[in-house]
Amino acid sequence: MSKDKDRILNILLVSPSILAVFIFVYAFIGWSVRVSLSKWKGLTADYTWNGINNYLDLFRDQRFQVDIRNTLIFTGVFVIGSIVLGFILAVMLDQGLKGEGFFRSLFLFPMAISFIVTGVVWRWLMNPATGARTSGLNLLFSYLGLDFLENAWHTTPTWGMAAIALAAIWQMSGYTMALYLAGLRAIPVELREAAQIDGANELQVYRYIMLPLLSPVTLSALIILGHISLKVFDLIIAIAGKQYALDVPAIYMWQVTFDGLFYGKGAAIGILLLISVAVLIIPYIRFTLRTETEQ
Amino acid sequence: MNTNLRPGKYWLYIPLILMAVFYLLPMYVMLATGFKSFAEIDLKTMWNLPKGIAFDNYVEAWARLSPSLKNSFIMVIPATLISSALGSLNGFVLAKWKFRGADVIFPFLLFGMFIPYQSIMIPLVQFMRSVGLGGIPGLILAHIIYGIPITTLTFRNYYASLPQELLEAAKMDGADMLGIYRHILLPISLPSFVVVLIWQFTSAWNDFLFAVILTGNEDWPITVALNNMAGSQIIAWNVQMAGSLLAALPTLLVYIFLGRFFLRGLLAGSLKG
Repeated sequence: MSKDKDRILNILLVSPSILAVFIFVYAFIGWSVRVSLSKWKGLTADYTWNGINNYLDLFRDQRFQVDIRNTLIFTGVFVIGSIVLGFILAVMLDQGLKGEGFFRSLFLFPMAISFIVTGVVWRWLMNPATGARTSGLNLLFSYLGLDFLENAWHTTPTWGMAAIALAAIWQMSGYTMALYLAGLRAIPVELREAAQIDGANELQVYRYIMLPLLSPVTLSALIILGHISLKVFDLIIAIAGKQYALDVPAIYMWQVTFDGLFYGKGAAIGILLLISVAVLIIPYIRFTLRTETEQ
Repeated sequence: MNTNLRPGKYWLYIPLILMAVFYLLPMYVMLATGFKSFAEIDLKTMWNLPKGIAFDNYVEAWARLSPSLKNSFIMVIPATLISSALGSLNGFVLAKWKFRGADVIFPFLLFGMFIPYQSIMIPLVQFMRSVGLGGIPGLILAHIIYGIPITTLTFRNYYASLPQELLEAAKMDGADMLGIYRHILLPISLPSFVVVLIWQFTSAWNDFLFAVILTGNEDWPITVALNNMAGSQIIAWNVQMAGSLLAALPTLLVYIFLGRFFLRGLLAGSLKG
């Protein structure tokens, strides 16, 4: 009897949360899909059927093509940069040096800060002005005699996204470092020692023993960073504002919807973003939950 | 853990210190510039240390940003507390009191943590407008609801790691479900609460997207106010640096004093509790 009472009670306890998430995530997604298939343009809602025309328009839209290119550049530089840098930092910190805790905290602190603050500060570091108005990193380079490093940063259309990715690497590489460090620490010492006895040098141990054993960590990092970069928004707003050359889907969605009032098109961008994230995340959730039940 | 120093690795300090400089450069610019007096501000000397400690920039940044700092606190405190409390209850039920369908619901809940919010943005704005929840209350509600997946995940992983015998014993003694939660699980949940509270505090404080679509001029939280201040040509960049520090300080302080828990929240975000 008390069992029934408990069952009712526990369903009562979780149902508001579950209901709220189902409405605010899944019902809202359905609602967005409906908007994306409508002709809604303007302040008042208009659900007139428009088929997949909003999607077709997007793929013909030059700005959206720029967005896809920009996202690919940003993702490439940001994900590879954060993973390589995070791995190198983790390997260095795994050597048992004194001050490990200090360096670890230092590499991780940017994660506590918002992308907006990071963006405002990096915009100054990457100030592209020349001559008497040279400032930021360019000025530092000229002090150090490294003038050849001076460049126009995010103001160049080809390298602009890579410059912004640099600020994102600054912010997020501590995260991959933490993932790799936890992974390295979970590998039994005997494995390293066995390889060393077999005559492997330090580099070979990491290349042939540790790196393969860390591939689940690398996969996690790839997926988490990849999905962050598909959603990138505030960092670019803070560094570059709304520039066409540095546009990404998240910014386009915001502008086309709330500035341009093309709700149908905005919803279509949102749904395309959702699909690209889902392709990464759904297998990841399935895989993680399955290994969890196996354990 | 390997704490004894392996010989011959001292050269590693060179790349480590170089990297430390890279991570500290933005912080240095923010701090050094923020403390320069107006007379000292010049692009040519931006990398120099300030000659003394001047508070002019902070006074001006504070004058401009204090209303939105207040908005941020008003928004973050209830959002953090409520989503953490809900996460704890959900985690308890999902880990220890599985009802039929709990295993199906859980992955759907988790996916909510990763969705790009652009895909729910139009309905969210429409919904808030139709129920008359504008500004900060609407923002609080959004942070609570979209925070539920991660808080539930963290508590569920923690409660799942506790031995089932703990609950069985209490059940034998006649405790009902709520009794078990209140008298057994809640008291030992403190470490998880710290992790989740820090995590929610940081993400709500640092959020920009929800804030920019749900709030207007009057109730902007700090991220939006800082971005708009930095976007205007009238504000000197040294004031922006001071403002950036004001915006970053609350989460930085949390990180400095409770960094260990911050890291654990971070790793929970990659699904490993």
